[in-house]
Amino acid sequence: MEDYGKNIIEIPLEKLAIVAGEEKNAGHRLAQACATYVNDKYELLYSFEEDYAMTTYKVVVGLDEEVPSISRIFFPAFTYENEMKELFGVKIKGIVTDYNDKFYRIATETPFLKKKGGK
Amino acid sequence: MPKKTVIPFGPQHPVLPEPIHLDLVLEDETVVDAIPSIGFIHRGLESLVEKKDFNEMVYVAERICGICSFMHGMGYCEAVEHVMDIDIPDRAKYLRTIWCEFSRLHSHLLWLGLLADGFGFEALFNECWRIREQVLDMVEMTTGGRLIASVNRVGGVLKDITPDMLKQMKAVAENVGRELVPVADTFLNDYSVKSRLCGSGILSKEDAIALGACGPMMRASGIAVDHRKSGYAAYGNIDFDVITSNDCDGYGRVYVRIQELFQSVEIVRQAIDKIPDSEEIMIKPKGNPKGEYLMRLEQPRGEAFYYVKGNGSKNLDRFRVRTPTFGNLAPLVHTLKGAPFADVPLLVLTIDPCVSCTER
Repeated sequence: MEDYGKNIIEIPLEKLAIVAGEEKNAGHRLAQACATYVNDKYELLYSFEEDYAMTTYKVVVGLDEEVPSISRIFFPAFTYENEMKELFGVKIKGIVTDYNDKFYRIATETPFLKKKGGK
Repeated sequence: MPKKTVIPFGPQHPVLPEPIHLDLVLEDETVVDAIPSIGFIHRGLESLVEKKDFNEMVYVAERICGICSFMHGMGYCEAVEHVMDIDIPDRAKYLRTIWCEFSRLHSHLLWLGLLADGFGFEALFNECWRIREQVLDMVEMTTGGRLIASVNRVGGVLKDITPDMLKQMKAVAENVGRELVPVADTFLNDYSVKSRLCGSGILSKEDAIALGACGPMMRASGIAVDHRKSGYAAYGNIDFDVITSNDCDGYGRVYVRIQELFQSVEIVRQAIDKIPDSEEIMIKPKGNPKGEYLMRLEQPRGEAFYYVKGNGSKNLDRFRVRTPTFGNLAPLVHTLKGAPFADVPLLVLTIDPCVSCTER
């Protein structure tokens, strides 16, 4: 079986919605999405799956770059996108169900976003 | 047009062992929308990678949740082992498989008890938890902890199981299988149980795919995906079928989990029969992890993801966990829409929510 955990394909931000649309048309399932904060940039991972075959795409974006939501293509993305927005501060626009920072009822704003120059 | 009412459900509720909140929008007695929110027990455990080195992080991963503890530790270790290109000893793979299935047994039995309690069948609740005790006793006897086993390490496992103990584990698993028969019969055939579960919380196969459902929630909608089939640990050497149901309702989810209990007993039996004789259970990792890996495994509640990204130092850049309950939130919202208000507690229970995992 192919090692799906290691194969992470980097795509530019502009292609995110196109790739998500292609995955939807192919009948694939959104398996997970998550954000990582590395070297003053965000790395966003989106995994799509059919049966046991999984493809993961990585999008690297700047801290102030706007990211289009894929929740109009994959409805369940709204939970992942609200999480990225509230825990990391990723600027995601157009989430179908946007909680406006109320999905996680936590006291700290964007707790996983480090100060500029941090690790 | 009926007036809409918003009823807050949780975070504290008799059927919820852990806090989750739902704003239920009702028209008369029917739910027309449900808006979940979480964060009441958010601990930010993932960000501890900045303070704990990659070996110490095993302890943190295990503490994401008490019920899923063993598999969280294992998922993290397998992800780091992939990054560091470590092939752990075969005996360690089998030991992990055995403990995984004991975790599945106690998790499913816990859930069945909670469900029985949810629809007011107290004798059934007591019976499920009585059977569960012997599973926990075995986990304690072999690892030293009833829930937090702390036997996984990057490179293998810390403790071996003696042949006598393996024999005892097999006997306990088989006894659990025997004692489950009347319990399964009650869950699957009792009129009062069926009247609460049959036809409630419908999630069609198409909706399960579109909404990203996972685990027994997905398999109960007729989708045969079980990530143990990907062959991690020793599952590649175990013969088992993926259990599904085409009922697509609460009853189907109970059916899948009950059959998975019997299946776990069989997997334990096979793993104990096939475990290789060896004294090697651990390989000491050399260097630090550099690279990234997205590991997924089949937790009792469904597929869990463990993403690790190492930069060559002893601290990882990122550790991220996506738990099955998080993936099942959107399907839960879907099943609640159109349901009678009185069914909401049971429908929430049928996804087997684990909120500690979800919030991390």
